[in-house]
Amino acid sequence: MAIKRRDFLKFGGLTLLGTAVSSVVNEVLSGEVKAEEYEPSPKQLVGKHWGIAIEVKKCKEAQSKCGFKCIEVCNYLHNIPQIPDKKKEIKWIWHDEFEHAFPEQGTNEYLNEYFKGVPFILLCNHCEHPPCVRVCPTRATFKREDGIVMMDYHRCIGCRFCMAACPYGARSFNWYDPRRFLKKVNPEYPTRTKGVVEKCMLCYERLADGKIPACVEACPVKALHFGDLNDPNSEINKVIKGRMVIRRKEELGTGPSILYIVD
Amino acid sequence: MYNAGKVIAGIIVFIVFFTTPIWLNFGKVEAIPKIPVPKKGQCVEPAAIMRAYHMKILDHWRKMAIRHNKYIYINSEGRKIRISLQKTCLKCHANKEQFCDKCHEFVVAHPDCWHCHFSKKEAQRWQ
Repeated sequence: MAIKRRDFLKFGGLTLLGTAVSSVVNEVLSGEVKAEEYEPSPKQLVGKHWGIAIEVKKCKEAQSKCGFKCIEVCNYLHNIPQIPDKKKEIKWIWHDEFEHAFPEQGTNEYLNEYFKGVPFILLCNHCEHPPCVRVCPTRATFKREDGIVMMDYHRCIGCRFCMAACPYGARSFNWYDPRRFLKKVNPEYPTRTKGVVEKCMLCYERLADGKIPACVEACPVKALHFGDLNDPNSEINKVIKGRMVIRRKEELGTGPSILYIVD
Repeated sequence: MYNAGKVIAGIIVFIVFFTTPIWLNFGKVEAIPKIPVPKKGQCVEPAAIMRAYHMKILDHWRKMAIRHNKYIYINSEGRKIRISLQKTCLKCHANKEQFCDKCHEFVVAHPDCWHCHFSKKEAQRWQ
């Protein structure tokens, strides 16, 4: 028996209607809509583009007294192992001379003279266009909405593409079990494991609890300033106003969020 | 069937031999580890749910905290909990060796968690 075109369309229409009605009835019968089970921390510092401005001259003056308190505090808080082998060391925040931090100016001996003995505090630049994020095959590293270049260690497979991509040397690979090289452990923060890459994450765990990054807080002379670069009224934007600000390897177009005030 | 007696006897011996572990351990369940439960009220979710799904909850916590920047978990009672294994879970379950490892060893589960996360007691060993 052949079905008539007219009947076919009728059945089709009825089926559609039935499906729609059943889904609505289901929704009504099952009652409550499930509430969202997660929410941002109420203390969370909220920003669009976090950055740090470093006053290098102020840092130089305090250097002999404080002995790089910023680095010391970060190393303790994040359980960063102190590995003697320079080729295999782990660093989140460190310091270096001008000609190493700014190699394109390194041949300029007049500038070198000007910056002699000035410690440049170096850390992940939390770039606007991070090359490490582009190359990560597992998306273990990604850019958060507030500008932090995050790492999800659970997903890192240790391929080290990001280390090759990062022009700032801000990433380190765990060649050893880092626990062997820890002297003082902070029980509030995990360690890493052999075979993953790690770096500074701008103290995301402290931002969630309403605290500013540890290095900024630790500086005894307040040479480091943390804030939202997108907010014209933020502290960081007030500090850099009218000052001479440079960024590392500007010509690469990565858009670093770590600013160096050099005047 | 040729040699039926020998074949059937052989099959019976074979079955008995390979099922001896079952018969020897029949009815003995005292090997199940006794886990010391912290007496600080209810965990994140009721114990039965935690027992069955703690690994899924932890995995989801990670995704929500790291990927979506949502650090507060609202449990079925509406209680708000700061997402963190080091700061939240291990606060009550401080005795990781007794609470986590004992059971994981029993069921031969080898979670990667403890490659990076650790208990205070464990940390004393490498300091």
